[in-house]
Formats: sequence, structure tokens, C-alpha cells
Amino acid sequence: MSSESNALADRPRSSVVGIEVPHESAALHVTGAALYTDDLVGRAPGVLHAWPVQVDHAHARITSISVDAALTVPGVVRVLTQADVPGINDAGVKEDEPLFPGEVCYVGHAVAWVLGESLEAARLGAAAVEVAVGPLPAIVTIEEAVAAASFQGTPRTISRGDVETGLATARHRFSGEIRIGGQEHFYLETQAALAEVDEAGQVFVQSSTQHPSETQEIVAHVLGVRSHDVTVQCLRMGGGFGGKEAQPHGLAAVAALGAVLTGRPVRLRLTRSQDMTMTGKRHPFHATWEVGFDDDARIVALRATLTADGGWSLDLSEPVLARALCHVDNAYWIPNIELHGRIVKTNKTSQTAFRGFGGPQGMAVLEDILGRVAPALGVPADELRRRNLYGDGQSTPYGQPVRHAERLTQIWDRALQTSTFEQRSAEVEAFNSAHPHRKRGIAITPVKFGISFNLTAFNQAGALVLVYKDGSVLINHGGTEMGQGLHTKMLQVAATALGLPLGLVRLAPTRTDKVPNTSATAASSGTDLNGGAVQDACRQIVDRLREVAAPLLGVAPPEVVLADGRVRAADGSAELSWYEVVAEAYMERVSLSAAGYYRTEGLHWDAVRMQGSPFKYFAYGAAVTEVEVDGFTGAYRTLRTDIVHDVGDSLSPLIDRGQVEGGFVQGAGWLTLEELRWDTSDGPARGRLATQAASTYKLPSFGEMPETFRVEFLERAHESGVIYGSKAVGEPPLMLAFSVREAIRQACAAFGPAGHCVDLSLPSTPEATFWALSEARTARAPDPPTSGSSGALDGIRATPVPAER
Amino acid sequence: MGAQIEMGTAITVNGRARPLGAGVDGSTNALDWLRNQGLTGAKEGCAEGECGACSVLVARPDGEGTRWTAVNSCLIPAAALDGVEVITAEGLGTPEDLHPVQREMAFRGGSQCGYCTPGFVCSMAAEYYRPERRACDPGPERGPNGFDVHAMAGNLCRCTGYRPIQDAAFALGDVPDDDPLAVRLSRPAPAPRATVLDGEAAFVRPAHLSEALAALAGTEGAVAVAGSTDWGVQANLGHRRAPLLVAIDQLPELRGFEATPERVEIGAALTLSEIERTLAGSVPLLEEVFVQFASRLIRNSATLGGNLGTGSPIGDAAPALLALNASLVLSSVRGDREVPMADYFTGYRQSVREPDELIRSVRIPLPLLPRSSFVKVAKRRFDDISSVAVAIAADLGEGVVREIRIGLGGVAATPLRAVATEHALRGKPWEVGTVGAAASVLAGEGTPMDDHRASARYRAAMLEQSLLRFYATTNEAVSS
Repeated sequence: MSSESNALADRPRSSVVGIEVPHESAALHVTGAALYTDDLVGRAPGVLHAWPVQVDHAHARITSISVDAALTVPGVVRVLTQADVPGINDAGVKEDEPLFPGEVCYVGHAVAWVLGESLEAARLGAAAVEVAVGPLPAIVTIEEAVAAASFQGTPRTISRGDVETGLATARHRFSGEIRIGGQEHFYLETQAALAEVDEAGQVFVQSSTQHPSETQEIVAHVLGVRSHDVTVQCLRMGGGFGGKEAQPHGLAAVAALGAVLTGRPVRLRLTRSQDMTMTGKRHPFHATWEVGFDDDARIVALRATLTADGGWSLDLSEPVLARALCHVDNAYWIPNIELHGRIVKTNKTSQTAFRGFGGPQGMAVLEDILGRVAPALGVPADELRRRNLYGDGQSTPYGQPVRHAERLTQIWDRALQTSTFEQRSAEVEAFNSAHPHRKRGIAITPVKFGISFNLTAFNQAGALVLVYKDGSVLINHGGTEMGQGLHTKMLQVAATALGLPLGLVRLAPTRTDKVPNTSATAASSGTDLNGGAVQDACRQIVDRLREVAAPLLGVAPPEVVLADGRVRAADGSAELSWYEVVAEAYMERVSLSAAGYYRTEGLHWDAVRMQGSPFKYFAYGAAVTEVEVDGFTGAYRTLRTDIVHDVGDSLSPLIDRGQVEGGFVQGAGWLTLEELRWDTSDGPARGRLATQAASTYKLPSFGEMPETFRVEFLERAHESGVIYGSKAVGEPPLMLAFSVREAIRQACAAFGPAGHCVDLSLPSTPEATFWALSEARTARAPDPPTSGSSGALDGIRATPVPAER
Repeated sequence: MGAQIEMGTAITVNGRARPLGAGVDGSTNALDWLRNQGLTGAKEGCAEGECGACSVLVARPDGEGTRWTAVNSCLIPAAALDGVEVITAEGLGTPEDLHPVQREMAFRGGSQCGYCTPGFVCSMAAEYYRPERRACDPGPERGPNGFDVHAMAGNLCRCTGYRPIQDAAFALGDVPDDDPLAVRLSRPAPAPRATVLDGEAAFVRPAHLSEALAALAGTEGAVAVAGSTDWGVQANLGHRRAPLLVAIDQLPELRGFEATPERVEIGAALTLSEIERTLAGSVPLLEEVFVQFASRLIRNSATLGGNLGTGSPIGDAAPALLALNASLVLSSVRGDREVPMADYFTGYRQSVREPDELIRSVRIPLPLLPRSSFVKVAKRRFDDISSVAVAIAADLGEGVVREIRIGLGGVAATPLRAVATEHALRGKPWEVGTVGAAASVLAGEGTPMDDHRASARYRAAMLEQSLLRFYATTNEAVSS
């Protein structure tokens, strides 16, 4: 096995991986030539347009749907309702997401779809559909759901050690709670599908989906046909971030159903408000916690209950909860721990995957605790964090050894060094004494993020590599491209494995009829899994070509080296061109194509006991951020961020840096800016999403980027057992953004007396920041922290209690 | 009446004249029209001018020449581009022959998913060709090549975190003299066309104010559009349709500018970008407003007339114009009348303007009060809508408040003057005691609400803080 994994991880001397190349579609992106699903509409003659009939009740029984008036609207061709579904009326895999519901479960729930000759006709038709409902009581907040015992899915617990004794004997004890907001994906391209039926009844769906195989399965079960009757293709997505892992399926199924029933292509593309009101988001969480520290400010014990707001159906809430529980520890050793997790059912969109998949929410609990209590422990927050980092030989609360824990301290120290943390902390202090109305704060936070799907079975992938007689190469793999650069990396992997220049390899769009039974492109695993499969296919071909070339070169097959488009004897005695060997292989009737397959070795996970080693490895990183907060408004600017991140040996440095920076800014958006507000009143708009447009839901713009932004990769970071020694990079950097929020907390503290504990709500918007700094301003020193009186709207109500003895 | 439709009604896109075509009426926006032409580079991301994925370049008049101006195509009626030259990302370059802006974006990692990219490229190209762009000392929002980052404040990217896009922008060199789009700048922009489209959603571009007023008076429900940055949102998101759109953005009577010792008069149909360039900092309060007013993409289309005509309670211009003691000239078939800003608003999105009246110009009396300040409180630094906007203009004499005017936005159904606060300050010494007391009065002005942007309590606090901040800035030496 070890030679196997070395072959996977070791790079040949001459390799295309590790070279900085632009995104494979960059030239198409910048010229507008790159096509996305909805750009294909003009290429589908006779296309019909779909528009949803959304109901504005948070919870209601549907008593009747009348489509007669809609059918009289000029241009309306058909109205799709429950009665039209030939197969299973469900958009998910858990049979709790009816595609055409009998009950309205959230404001904006689509209960029917209108097909029209134009989008305008479909929209007017939808407005004419009459839906009669009987309102039912609605649950909107986590608190309401808990009070009503409105739970879904299975509660889970992770525990280790003796928390009771740990807390009882801890020198310092604190308790509190935190509210963690959700997040809208706001991929720039909204959900889209285009379906057609061919002459033989084969359904072809172009879908903006991270999970073509599951889209295929759901289209098939809705239509009541088999998977081989449905092909799903994804050219590329205009952003996914997890929002297109499970959400596209039902929409693709509606388009496919329409195409089957009308015989015409059907295009379905959500408007931004439809997308925001209908599709799932990052899960809001609530957590209560008790923590104990010893005299050295080391964590002795932690007990916490995490409650995830799953929305109206389960979707991916159970695995999201599992990952949240697996990441409460973040990078810190907690000897005694007890974590409870549960999912509430509310009348909101069904919350789903979002970059980090619960991990960020889990980490938020402990990062908030540490930032909050550091002053009460009398230790600077950076020192408190450093002291509690994992060390050699320690394991996670779920029993997985923390391999390469030394990288955490290496990264930490490197980040302090490159950011000149110590010197700048002094400068921040000097600035703060000189400026009554503006304060700066600087903070460092770590990330440890587990890589692999928690569910072991998902950790497999396939690929198809075709070599044509002229020596050109076409690769297919099961992963999808959403901007993360997966296709770029796969081209580099194939070129490296075949010993070819990048230009000889081309990649074809992701299709379920090329590679079947794929996993979602998710969990940061796209490169690890598909890279393994592409390399496997290439190696099969290389092995065959060695056999072909060996007699021609006069050496044994193992002595044949493929590199730089040449096929050489290892001793340099003879060489052939790639083209010659390929042509010879064809003449000798040697197959020039191969299906590759990969599965991650060494994983095991007991999902009931929540114990095992679910992750192949951990990705590590740390970030130092400095902010400046305006005391008049609470507005902040991010002055500088220094990141040190572990991407293993980078496969594609430009791509990886893009993932680190983009993830960081997206995380900063979640923590400090982006705010989902649902109407929680008892009025007629109860349950309505108030922030359902770009004008009301604010994601980071240019002004939120750190003014100085430095990213460094950990050096000598080869990861054995992973494709060419690399590490996954999609999700982990998002959580580096805790450094922004903690820096804001530090700046708020500077408005108050030393030792003041800052209660800072999430998201830490200018308003939340203003209340936190106002509280600091009026606090007396020394300040025994009091219970949540900040007036903050949502968020932490931390109530640290002084040590009892 | 087919005869009325000007033959050759067409938009020149990427150098090729394309007829507007059958089925196009006043409700067709330029983005949908372009995409129906097969030009799918411009994308819809939000359909309300917030994300910039639909950005394209249009040739706009600039003195005797032309300026490539980036605008949100999702907000503009296609018919409003009749006769206009448009450049999309496809027209700037091809994958085999990239434009310098495209090359920098592609090779520096400026695109990830690529969906926002064509829009970024257009915004960036407009700044690339901006005649005033010169190499300079770089600042936090300005590159060594003079590139102003604000040019891209109206473009959202969810993937990159913006750093590589900024690097691409700052790496751009000078424009070569023989660059075809640069060569185009020295010739005049296309003259406005007298476009007429009939139908259920008709569109007309009158040549003169009198014709426009007659058209508005003659059709019940007719809507006047200039930059269409508000109407476009109502049409796209609210699905509003008008029987007739009357384009007023090129009316010469609404595009005047005059500065005399007594006043500055600004044509209501000048875009905010044009006003910015024309005023060139001579009204410091407006200068402060403009940089925070939506985004460059919006300011390239939006007008003062439109901003005041919609009567939004949070429009950023209104508080400033209140503080400047401005007045409006309203025109109708009955003639002109002048209305002080303080009397203009009557209720939520309501004003004294009659349905058939147009705002012709805005008059700002001179001399200006010597000190001014604009505080916009929002979640995001750029491209956001105020939760509270406070504009202050004051004459602080020798430590005594000789005059002060405070305009507020976002704290009531209309923009308003903080009359009680002004009264509490007028004639009083400008020192911490009176300012603190007046700040408390200011906190009680208006009737702020709780909404998704901010709580009522925060809005009230921001009123109070805005005066304290102004006070602090007048004592610059001791605080910052």
C-alpha cells in the first residue's frame, strides 16, 4: 500500500503540477465567451420558460390549486402540478421534500410551475394561478422551535473524558450562549436548468449543479424512469459554494418534467429573489456552553449544546451538524468534552451545504468563547489561543489522532513573524492612546479543518481518459467546475501523469454519461478524489505505452520514462516521441483509453457513536488581521491581513491563492457583514425573508478587502497519500476570517478599560460593533463581566461567571 | 403607426449595427436585448444594478468628444440605446486576441467562476480609457497608474476576494495611441435619436422639453426616465409596466449647468458622474456625497432629477441639498416654478411635484456655508443604501454658530431638516457642552424605524453621533 500511496503523492522530476497557470477558462471568462447554463437558451429553438407559483404563507395547508385562469393568459402553454408527476414527487433523497407540496412550509414555497412561450407569459400565468390555503401556525426562530419541540433528524453527541469533574474542579469557569447567523450563497449565477428530450425519449438536462449524479437520480425518480434514461451535464457554474450541491435537483426535475410533457425544451432560471426565497442557505446555529480553564489558562473541560436551524426539511442538515460537532475543537486540545447537537425544524428555506459545511459554525462557538473570556483570564487572546493549540500525540474529541499537529505551531509562529505581530501590537496600542474616536485591533486565529466527506462511502471518484491516434488527450472526470479551478488542476494532473505539456490535454464538460455514480464536488475533496481517479486512468495508459515502447527502446518496461512529451529509456540511450508511441500502440491494438478510479484509504467513522477517523488529514492555517473601528458609527476597515496556510505541495499556486483569499473574504462577509433577517413578528409577513435582494443583503465589495493582503503557503508541506502531495483548499480558508471578527473585538475593547470582556454579536456589523464599543466605553474598570445587557439584536449573550473558588 | 417608427432604429454593438427588432418595446431592457442577440457575455446577477454583472460600455458625449462609460445594462430600456454605440466584453477582445484589461484579468487570477468577469472587464475598461487617468502616487484606493478602485465599486465578485482584480487594474499601462477605442474618443458621441416605439409599452425620446411635457401630460400613467436606475428596478423586480416611457436624459433644457456669484444651477438630467466632473470639488458637501452615492456604474446613469423625482426617503442627495438650502425648478406645460427643497417632500415617496411636471434643475445658493460634513451610515463602505444619512453645513464664525443647516435621510418618511437641532445650536458657542446637548436633540429628530438595515435605536444613536463627529472634525488637531 505504501508504494501505492507514494505513486499517488510523489511528483516526477518534470511535472506540470506546481506550476502557476491561469484558470483553464480564463480567456473565455474575460471575453464573455464562457457559457453558463442559461446562456444556452438561445441555442434551444422552441424553448419554453418556467416560472414558479410561490405562496406567501410561512405554513399553510393547500386546499385547492386552480390553473384555469392561468391557461387563458396568452403564451401560457402548461401549468405543472402534483398530478403531473409520473414518478416520485420528491426533490431530495430523504423523501421529505415534495417537489409539488401539499402543504406550504415556508414563505415563497413553490407549489406549481407555469410554462410559457416567454418568461413574461409564464410570470403572468403564475400570477393567475389561484392557490387556496388554510393557514397553520408557523415556527420561525430556533427558540420557538425548541419550545415547541420541533426537531428533525437524529440528535448526536460527541464526548470524551469527564466533563462534570473537569468543570467542577476548573479554576475558572464561564458559561454563555451564542447565536450564529446563516449566510446566503449569493453565487452570481442563480440556479438554472435547461432540459430537452431526444428522439428516443432520452432526457438531457443541462444543470448548474455541483452534484450531477444526484441531479440525474432525482430527475429519474421524479419522471419514474431509470438513471440510464437521463443524462445531466454541467458546463460550469457561476459559483456554487455548496448552494448547488442539493438545491438544483428539484429545479432540474421541474424542467425535465416540463420537457417530457410538452416535447419542447424547458428553461428554468431563478431570479435573484426567487433564489434567495426558495433555496437553502448556511444553517443558523444557536449554542449554549460551559467551559473551565486551569490556572495556566488551559482548557480543562467544555460542554456545549449546538442547535442547528434546518428549515422545513432535512436536506443536508444531519451531515452539517456532524461536521459542526467535529469542528468545535478547531485547533485546540480539550481533554474533557461533551458536545450535543440537534436540528430544529422551522418554516424557513431548507438550509443546506455552504463552504465549511457546519465546520465554521462549530468553530465559532469556541473562537467566541476564547475571544470573550481572555480578559477575564488575564491573558492576551493570542496567548490564550497559542497555549491551547494541539500538540504531538493528541487526538480530537472524536478519537482521530491530530497528525502533523506540529504544523499548527509552525504556522502560528510563522504568521506572527511575517505579520510582525509583536511590533504591530505595540503600534496599535500607541495609535489607540493617541486617537479617542478611532481604535485599532489586531488578532490571530488558527484553523484546523478535516478533509474528506464524513460519510466514508462518498470518498470515491471516477475518470475517463482518452488518447486519440494523433496523440491528443481528452479527459473527463466526475467533478464539477464552479470557479475553484478543479478543471485546471485536473489538466495539470493528467499532463503530469502522462508526461505531456499542458497544451496536449483537453478537458470535456462534466456529464453523467461519461463518469457515473459520482460524489458531489464538495467537502473540498474535488481535487483529492478526482485527481486520484485521473491519475489512475493515466497510469493505466502509461503502463501500456511502456510495454509498447520498451522493445523499441531496447529496455525493460519499468525503464521507460514518459516526460515532456518524449518517451525515453531511463539511461538516456534511446528516445521516441509521444506521437510515435501512441501511433504504434494503436497499430499493435493496445487500448488508448482508460477508466480511472480512486477511493480514499484509511477512513472509518461510526456515525452513531461519533467516533473514528473520518478525515484523511487536516488542513491547517492561521491569519493575522488588523482593523480600525470608527467610534462614531462602528464602521470598520480591514487594514491588513497576513495568512499562512497549509495547502500541502500546491498543485496550482495561482488557483490555491485565489481559494485562500476568496474564502477568507467570504468568511469575513459571513462574520461581519452579511445578515439574513426573517420577519419574526406575528404580522402577515411572518416568516418572510426581509433580505431577499442584492440591495438588502450585502456581501463584501471592494471596500471590505484587506487594504494589504498577504498570503503565504506553508513550506515543505508535502502530504503523503494525497494527489501529488497536495492538500485540499476549498473550504478551510473561510475560517481564517475569525481573525477579522476577533480584531474588531480587540478594537472595541480599546474603547473601554483594561480587562473589559467584549460581547460582540454575530454578524459583527457596524451596528453590532457600535453597541459593543459603546458598552466598553461606559464600562467601569476593573470590569466583572455582566450578563448580556448590550442591547445587541442577535448574537452572543455570554455570561461569564467569576471562578467559584 | 408603423410610419412613425424611424427606419433603421438600431443599436451599434461592438461596431455592428443591430436593429432593435420585432417584439422590442419599452419594457425590454438592454441586457435581455443583448442576450437575445446571442451576446451572452453580459449576465444577470441581481437585475437591480447592485452587482454589475451586466455592465457594458456606452459612448457618451464628453465635451466635443466621447467618453466610454460603463453602465448597468439591466436597468436601461433597450430603446434608450437607439443610435448609441455599445461595447460588450465580446467586443473588447477575443480569447485569441485579448484586450489589455482582459489579459491582466486572465493572467493574474482575476476570474474564478467567471460569471461576474465580463462586467468587471467593462467597468475596468471604462477606467482604463478615462482621459484623466494618469500615473500618480498610489493610495489605498488608487493605483500607481491612476486607476481609481471606485470604478469597480458597483461590481460584486463572490469568488476572488477582489485582490487579484485590483492587481490587474493597477497593472494596466497607458492606452496606446492607436487603440481603436481610444481613437474613438476624439470624435463626438452619436447624437440623440428621436426614437418612437409604439405598442402596449411604448417608448418615446422627444427632442425638446415641450414635447416631453406634452407626452407626459397626454398619456395617463406615462413615466419619465432619465438614467432609469430606479425605474429599471421597479420594472425588473416589481414587474411594473408603463404604457409609455418618455426618455428625458438627453433633453438639452435639462442638461444645463450654470455657475454665477449667486448660485450654481445644475440640470436635472446631468448624470451624477457628469456633475462630479463639472463641479470638480467646488461644492465640498456634494463631493463627499458622490463618492458614497451607490456606485460608479449607477452614478454614470443616475441624475439628481431622478433621485429627487422618486422621492425616496433615503436618497443620499436630498439630505445634502437640504443642508445646502437648495431649491428645485419644476417645469410643466403651465410653465416653471421654483420650490425650496425644504418644501418639496410631502410624504413617503410623495412630493409637491405634479404628475405632469418635470424637475428641470437644482439651484444651490452661493456663497456656501464654510464648513460641511456628510455622514452615511451603511453596512458596506461602498455601493450601499444608507440606514441614516446626515448632511451638515455650518458657519461656525469665531467659535459661535452663526448658521447651521442639517439635512437628514433615512429617519422619517421623507428627507427632512433637523429644525429643532438647528435651533438649539444657532447663535450658541461651538463647544462641547452645547454640541452635546444639541446632539441629544438631534437623536430625537425624525421617527426612525426598525428594519433590515438597522434598528431604530441605532438610527437615533447615529443622528447623535453625526453631530459629535462633525464637532470632532472641527477640532481636527485634537482628535481623529
